[in-house]
Amino acid sequence: MAIVAAPTQRSATLATSTLGIAKRGLLKYLRTPQLVVLGTIQGALFLLIFRYVFGGAIGAGGLDYVDFLVPGFITTGILFSGMGAAAGVAEDLQQGLVDRLRSLPIPRSAVLAGRALADTAVLVWGLLITAGIGFAVGFRLHGSLTDALAAFGLLVVFGFAFEWLFLTLGLFAGTPQAAQGLALLVFPLTFVSSAYVPVETMPGWMQGFAEHQPVTVMVDAVRVLTQGPAAEALLGHGAHFYVVRALAWSAAILAVFVPLAVARYRRG
Amino acid sequence: MPPTIEATGLRKRFGKTAALDGLDLVAEPGQVLAVLGPNGAGKTTFVRTVATLLRPDGGELRVAGHNVRRQPAAVRRVIGLAGQSAAVEPAMTGRENLHLVARLFGQDTRTAKANSAKVLAQLGLTDAADRLVRTYSGGMRRKLDLGASLVGSPRLLLLDEPTTGLDPRSRIELWDAIRGLVATGTDVLLTTQYLDEADHLASRIVIIDHGRTIAAGTPSELKQRAGRNVIEVHVRDQTDLPRVAAALAALDHGEAQVEEATRRVSVAVEAGTDRLRQALGSLDAAGASVDDIALRPPTLDEVFLALTGQALEQAPDNAAGHPAA
Repeated sequence: MAIVAAPTQRSATLATSTLGIAKRGLLKYLRTPQLVVLGTIQGALFLLIFRYVFGGAIGAGGLDYVDFLVPGFITTGILFSGMGAAAGVAEDLQQGLVDRLRSLPIPRSAVLAGRALADTAVLVWGLLITAGIGFAVGFRLHGSLTDALAAFGLLVVFGFAFEWLFLTLGLFAGTPQAAQGLALLVFPLTFVSSAYVPVETMPGWMQGFAEHQPVTVMVDAVRVLTQGPAAEALLGHGAHFYVVRALAWSAAILAVFVPLAVARYRRG
Repeated sequence: MPPTIEATGLRKRFGKTAALDGLDLVAEPGQVLAVLGPNGAGKTTFVRTVATLLRPDGGELRVAGHNVRRQPAAVRRVIGLAGQSAAVEPAMTGRENLHLVARLFGQDTRTAKANSAKVLAQLGLTDAADRLVRTYSGGMRRKLDLGASLVGSPRLLLLDEPTTGLDPRSRIELWDAIRGLVATGTDVLLTTQYLDEADHLASRIVIIDHGRTIAAGTPSELKQRAGRNVIEVHVRDQTDLPRVAAALAALDHGEAQVEEATRRVSVAVEAGTDRLRQALGSLDAAGASVDDIALRPPTLDEVFLALTGQALEQAPDNAAGHPAA
């Protein structure tokens, strides 16, 4: 074509296209102040409510409630921000942006990979903010710094894994509203877990679910890594036990939802 | 050089509905082809199939010689798509949007930058280039969307109802932009419900309905077959209808369409205002009292009627949404 120089027969590589799409996701987040400010304020408010309103009434064995709560709060924050990711991808689908991207000569996996990358980066930002607020209201590390860094790394892995679950929900939902609706499954996963209260305080039938779902395992992994021996004593197992199971759950979630999301995306 | 688009017996079903039901269509290089048809005719399905977003169930579709089913990646390299909604990111500037798409087309940073600037200038968006798209008007977003489909220097531009939902002024601006592109030699496939849009932009029109081609030709060929213009008369007194119909039918040996309910008579006539003058004269002579008389281009349903002898099912809807009709 005459108006544009150097027509290309090349295609963008996987890396270029993934990064390009990730950059768009990040800019969208950073330039939508409602997302940044509201998300942060909401997270902070709930942390304060749990810490100061409910916290006094909740016993957490040998741990201070704030030390028990913050690992759970940070981990479940991943799922709550995932609701936004599901709505976001559904919105792209509805507004035709996904059509544009699917018509481009780029690897089809790049669109979802770029999105997952951007959402995970946003998530890491959220983790840091929540952890900061946690420290401000009395949360302390009782393990080694290396363990704390490992906990952080684990959280990023969980976030990336859950991101694919939410991408799949968003792709299947089709509209942002429907995606928000589907994403309500976050509530049983987060509240019926060890995140906010010890599982032993729940009715027996509920404990069965709470003990065997991924969020509990992930929360406990972070708890043991940040709280050391006191948490081990409370929970009954060492870091290794929880970390291995948490990683296995992450791998399983990825193994199911990456192919599902990609297949749904390809089908259009 | 192979045809830009070559569809043979193309089929696509959604559940029980055959969106494409054996569509045949050829677009030669150097053409702007308009696919004209009512809502639900299969226009969008066809564009999405050409854009490799949908896989056809049967028949064959080649784009620049590449089979869409077997070589979708090769097809994606030669097309640029602008769909029905403006698929641009509101939280990025116009320039950033184009730059991203150019990069995704495999251009290096420098080329992408230069091409984005050129496309922005061509569409008259340079002044707004560094503003966030969320501050753009609907017309500007559509233009930018058009730009995004261009920045990869595609051989074939796919425009799916590019002006639907735009106000008349933005519509004309977008037409000008598209005409500008055509002048530079890009092949274009555009879909529209509006005959005047096809007439303004296309060198060839294919009319489709129920997923099949029902007529094809240059705009002037089709309009000759359909009657170039329409004289429409609003009669004051119902009893005058037959007289008015007879007077109008005599103008061009055409058949006058009488709508009893709205007391309207219309007839297709040759171009120019001569016929309108004659019509006024013969209505006077017939002694009919007339509320209103107008000369206008034929609507899609009138073209349909003339070409197929069949009225469009949802013809009133199509005419109602048409700002120029």
